[in-house]
Amino acid sequence: MNTPDAIVHRPDYGALMSEPLPLIPEPLLQAVNLQCERDKRILFRELSFSILPGTVTRVEGPNGSGKTTLLRILAGLNDAWTGELKWCGAPVANHREEFLRNMLYLGHRPGIKPLLTPLENLRALMAGRRPVSDAALSQALQGTGLAGYENVPCRNLSAGQQRRVALARLLIADEPLWLLDEVFTAIDANGVAAIEALLQQRAAEGGAVLVTTHHDLALPGMHRLVLGKGGVADER
Amino acid sequence: MNAETRLAAQLASSRVGALAAMKGVFARDMKVAFRQRQDLLNPLLFFIMVVTLFPLGVSPEVSFLSQAGAGILWVAALLSVLLSLDHLFRHDFDDGTLEQLVLQPQPLFLLILAKTTAHWMLTGLPLVILAPVLGVMVHLDGNSIAVLCLTLLIGTPVLSLIGAIGAALTLGLRSAGVLLSLLIIPLYIPVLIFGTGTVAAAAEGASVGAYLALMGAFLVLALTLAPFAAAAALKISLSNG
Repeated sequence: MNTPDAIVHRPDYGALMSEPLPLIPEPLLQAVNLQCERDKRILFRELSFSILPGTVTRVEGPNGSGKTTLLRILAGLNDAWTGELKWCGAPVANHREEFLRNMLYLGHRPGIKPLLTPLENLRALMAGRRPVSDAALSQALQGTGLAGYENVPCRNLSAGQQRRVALARLLIADEPLWLLDEVFTAIDANGVAAIEALLQQRAAEGGAVLVTTHHDLALPGMHRLVLGKGGVADER
Repeated sequence: MNAETRLAAQLASSRVGALAAMKGVFARDMKVAFRQRQDLLNPLLFFIMVVTLFPLGVSPEVSFLSQAGAGILWVAALLSVLLSLDHLFRHDFDDGTLEQLVLQPQPLFLLILAKTTAHWMLTGLPLVILAPVLGVMVHLDGNSIAVLCLTLLIGTPVLSLIGAIGAALTLGLRSAGVLLSLLIIPLYIPVLIFGTGTVAAAAEGASVGAYLALMGAFLVLALTLAPFAAAAALKISLSNG
C-alpha cells in the first residue's frame, strides 16, 4: 500500500517562482505503451495515459475500436496485451489483490443471477470484497429506485432494473477506481442523471472513473481518451 | 484537505477473509441450484435410468448383475457427473457473475474450490446416497454395496475437481460438450479402474485398504492441484471471451 510519502513532487523550482507549485497527485492507474491485437488487427498501440485521482475520463471511439477491450485489459480480465500497467506507480501484476480491492468493474454483462433476488445478488457480489450489512444493501437498492423489489427474483425485473441492481454497488462502493463499460445502457433519464452525479461525486472525493458510453456524457472537467480505428490512439 | 490526502483516505481498507468469500460463493451456488430444481434432477435421473436399463438390455441374471453391478454403477455415476459439468461455469459466464468472481480480491483457486464443492454436493453426493438402493437392484451383496458407496464417496469429488479444469478450459467454445468429454474422460479412467477394482477386491474377500488409500491419494492430488489448474484455465477462457 502506498502511503502519502509516495506522492510524486514536481522538481523544486521554488527559487525561480514566487508561489509554491501545487503537488501533482500520483496517478492511480498508469498505462505505458499498451498494445493489443485482436484477430490479427491492431486495436491500439503505443497507448499511454495516466488516470489521476479526481478525474472522470470518457473512453471514446467508434464501434469496434477497442473500448471494451481496453477496460477489460485495465481490469485484468484480458491478458492479450503488451506494455505496462501500473497501480499507484507499481506494476499491477505485483499488487493484484490490492488492485482488485480498490477497483470496481462493471461490464456489459451486469453480473446478476436471474434466479436470485436483488438483495441476494448484491450480497453475493460483496461477499468476497468487504462486509456490508443487509440494511446498507437494502438502502443502496432503494437508492437506485428498487424499493419494494428487494425480494423479487431478478428474472422478473426489466433490463433496466437488472442493471440498476448492478449499479447499486456504486452507492456502497469504497473502491476509488471505477471502470464502467456502457453503464448507461437501458437506464432512463433520471437514472442517467443520478449516475452522472455519482461519477462526479467519486471524482470529487479523490477517486477516478473511466467510462465508455455512447450516451452524450458531458461532465465539467471530463477527460477524453480517444481510440482510433486500428491506428495510434491519442489522449487529450 | 488536498486531493492527495483525500485519496490516501479513500483506498479501500476493509477486507474479507478468504473463508468468508468461499462461503459466499458456496451459498450463492446452492441457492441458485435450489431455485432450479429440475437441473438438479437431471444427473440423478440419468444415473437411475442407465442402471435400470442395463438389466433390461443385457441380462437380468443374478450371476451377471452381481458381477457387473459395481461397474455399471460406477460408469453411470461417471457419465452423470460428466453430463452436469458444462453447467459448472457456463451460466456464470453468460450472466457476467464469473467476471465478478475473478475480480474479487481473493485467491481465485479457493473460490473455485468453493464452487466445485457446491457442484459435488449437488451432483456427486446425491449419487452416493442413491447408490445403495441401486446396488440392491443389481444384486450386490451388503459388503460390496458398502465398499461401492465408500469408493463413490471418495471418487466423485475427484470427478468434480478434474471436471472443473475441463469445464473452465472449454468455457469460451461453442461446441464445448464433445471437447469437454474428450479432455476429461482419459483423466477419469484411473478413478474408474480403481473404483471398480476396489469393489471387485471386496467381493473376492480381499483387503481393500490399499485400494482405498490409492483413491484417497487421487482425492488429495485433485484437491491440491485441480483448483489451480481450473483457475488458470478460467483466466484464459475469460481473456478470449
